[in-house]
Amino acid sequence: MISRRVFLKDGGLALVSLGFAPAFLARAAAQAKTKQRVLIAIFQRGAVDGLNMIIPFGEREYYAARPSIAIAPPGSGADAAIDLDGFFGLHPRLAPLKPLYDAKQLAIVHACGSHDGTRSHFDAQDYMESGTPGVKSTRDGWMNRYLHAKEHERATPFRAVAVAPQLPRALQGLAPALAIGQLDRFGIRDGQNGMMQPSFESEYAAAANALLRNTGREAFNAIKMLKEADPLRYTPANGADYPRSAFGEALRQIAQLVKADVGLEIAFAESGNWDHHANEGGATGTLAGRLDDLARGIAALTRDLGDRMQDVIVMTMSEFGRAVTENGSRGTDHGHGNAMTIVGGGVRGGKVYGRWPGLAQDQRYEGRDLAITTDFRGVFSEVVRGHLGLHDTRSVFPGFPETVTLTVLRNP
Amino acid sequence: MRRIPLRRSASVLGAAFILTWSATGTAQRSGVPGRPDDRTIVHVLNRIGFGPAPGDVEKVRRMGLAAYIDQQLQPERIADAGMTERLAGFTTVAMSTRELADTYFVPALMARQRRQRQTTQEPSMMQTAPRQPVPGAGNAERQVLGELAEQKLLRAIYSERQLQEVLVDFWFNHFNVFAGKGPVRMYLTEYERDAIRPHAMGRFRDLLGATAKSPAMLFYLDNWQSAAESTTMRPGPRQQNMRRGLNENYARELMELHTLGVDGGYTQKDVQEVARAFTGWTIRQPRMGGEFRFEPRMHDEREKVVLGQRIAVGGMKDGEAVLDLLARHPSTATFIATKLARRFVADEPPPALVDRAAKRFAQTDGDIREVVRTIVTSPEFFAAPAYRAKVKTPLEFVASAVRAAGVNVLTARPLVQAVRELGMPLYGCQPPTGYSDEAAAWVNTGALLNRMNFAVALTSRRPMGRVSVSSDAVIQQALGGDLSDATRATIAKATEPAQAIALVLGSPEFQKR
Repeated sequence: MISRRVFLKDGGLALVSLGFAPAFLARAAAQAKTKQRVLIAIFQRGAVDGLNMIIPFGEREYYAARPSIAIAPPGSGADAAIDLDGFFGLHPRLAPLKPLYDAKQLAIVHACGSHDGTRSHFDAQDYMESGTPGVKSTRDGWMNRYLHAKEHERATPFRAVAVAPQLPRALQGLAPALAIGQLDRFGIRDGQNGMMQPSFESEYAAAANALLRNTGREAFNAIKMLKEADPLRYTPANGADYPRSAFGEALRQIAQLVKADVGLEIAFAESGNWDHHANEGGATGTLAGRLDDLARGIAALTRDLGDRMQDVIVMTMSEFGRAVTENGSRGTDHGHGNAMTIVGGGVRGGKVYGRWPGLAQDQRYEGRDLAITTDFRGVFSEVVRGHLGLHDTRSVFPGFPETVTLTVLRNP
Repeated sequence: MRRIPLRRSASVLGAAFILTWSATGTAQRSGVPGRPDDRTIVHVLNRIGFGPAPGDVEKVRRMGLAAYIDQQLQPERIADAGMTERLAGFTTVAMSTRELADTYFVPALMARQRRQRQTTQEPSMMQTAPRQPVPGAGNAERQVLGELAEQKLLRAIYSERQLQEVLVDFWFNHFNVFAGKGPVRMYLTEYERDAIRPHAMGRFRDLLGATAKSPAMLFYLDNWQSAAESTTMRPGPRQQNMRRGLNENYARELMELHTLGVDGGYTQKDVQEVARAFTGWTIRQPRMGGEFRFEPRMHDEREKVVLGQRIAVGGMKDGEAVLDLLARHPSTATFIATKLARRFVADEPPPALVDRAAKRFAQTDGDIREVVRTIVTSPEFFAAPAYRAKVKTPLEFVASAVRAAGVNVLTARPLVQAVRELGMPLYGCQPPTGYSDEAAAWVNTGALLNRMNFAVALTSRRPMGRVSVSSDAVIQQALGGDLSDATRATIAKATEPAQAIALVLGSPEFQKR
């Protein structure tokens, strides 16, 4: 594996063997011309209550099961659900996403998840990121397996970036991927006379070991590319207003990377605090506050990216849904099926996808949770195939049949 | 400004290094050179320890290389008073799980539950980092994990029993558990101290047994809730989150990762049979820091057939019989020998050496000390292809840098943070595979820049402690004087001593061992 990776990198650099600056400029220019497709993945860690995010207001069972936290049906005031299709509605705090739905750029997949029955955050996140539900010993994440399957010589160090303190499981693996906490801190931080960066650069340029030499070269190229992009002086376009939260800041930095044409293909952002066992709230309250952050973030991102959204997909995911019936603390316990949202120019939006299993007792999973009718790998693999352009997804989702079941994308 | 003299002493390939794997015989003979050069001594210090500290090369030369290796193989005979002193302030590392639970974790759990009940309706805009080992926990809980991580780093850096620390790390990683899964964090201190450490150079069967019965492993791989399909008995009051019946998770990883290896010759049927054998191996009060117990009502008493062998002793002994069988299986000998040879020799260890180590494993009934001795005294260990063949893991890099620079750290907290930033959070490896021991896993753009940044921070920032040696000394003692001309020329241009040392520690040469 090592030799292959090094070979590819060397091959790529051999195309433009004119030293550093021309190499990265040429690569960046090539990227810009080919209109890089981008996937922006958002992980809602902690298991969002999908039934209060995308509300099945047409279900009587929904209201019976949630006396204190249900969202009222559309038309019943300011705190009511926002009607999507006469059966499903958006949580009122997701209002910033409604224009995207109306413009057919937002699709929703409901009753979606993994057929593995675990209700452990740990296991379920693991499966969602490894892309192999039920198999724990998978070392790499499905996004990394995609990167590895489609390794190419024009790849830049910014091909896969998590704007997060740590590389998420989904991006871990053999293919290079970056975790960047803050763009403007990326580089050699010597704080002295600035001689350390060129010094290290010349050490690594002469390294005997090919893996270290090539990776060092990539690292210093990356610093230069980012310097060109000048992250400190970034102003969002079209008046996009990101929420002042870690999540909003992460999305803002991702938008910078997209627009800087540094070869970004997969970006990853974390959105935490969704585990509402108590006092979840309804139209206002804890969950509402989190949804507000999520919706304003995504709305700002799409506004900021403007026309670039033609080549971008933003996808939210969360490890599992929550129980249909609220618990004794006005919260919800761990459940099963959940909802995912997919935004982008290539999305056949304005629709809630997936067969709805119903919420009656006998329609629920194990008598208590929303059942699953769409395997999340169905959505993931459609994005990998239709959006990122890897035709054979068998190595990315081993054991998962390659059949298009949803057609959430225009070109699945 | 200081000039760094160019030293060319390393231009001659150390006489001790034989050129290829194949130049070595297959007979079991010692490859330890009688009159080792600096590079050979550095090689040994890098492999059976966390790299040379100032004065180490000279110490080993005086003692004799073979004697040094032999001494490291018997850690119980090495005085380590300095280490004991350094860890004296760490109150939690000596506490039992029960004490830790009562003092820290259970009160924190209660406080969380109270808070949850009292939560106001105010939206929380706070964002938590993904999978923090202690989500939302109090300082007291963090103190336990913090002290555990600090002691691990301090031992790696300052313990005289270097090989023991290497092996404790190796076996913890082999029998990996993850701090972020439920109450595993309560059990970690005891797990490393009482299940791993005492057996790190002992008998493999004892180590395997200790991990199998540890609440940390039982919870991490779900065996604590695995019950015979026929039974309605399930542990714990929180039944709604419980899956009924057999859980194959531990059984599968036990064979795939702990003993036979993925190609070790077992089938899915074996996994199910082994899982049935371990039904009833559970934890008393798993969320309150309880201990191992066998629960007969969860046990599947029917006969099991594992790898063609009938297991019908009954009760808890079913599991013990499976561990006996697996520990003595030839696939296990090969699998463990391969992993140890990968740690000590090369990512792709020489097959002849793996064979000999596996034989030694079988001959000695899994005596880890003897298997390690076979590897670290072998001709292959001292052969040229093994020299600097390994890329240091983040833990090895950080520990070896602090050792090389002779830094007396005031607190290991920034070092723990550094290892995390380099992609190897201690006790934070999520999958049961443990961290990779191969170069490809650790060399990527972000991590490489972070290594250089760590080298800069270590040599310039006061909180880390003061560097006690010159860059010349680091080059000679930690790298055996073996540095490329380019690196030497770059270092020579440094305007300050701290920068020169940073350029040594961040150099490509120092990333390898």
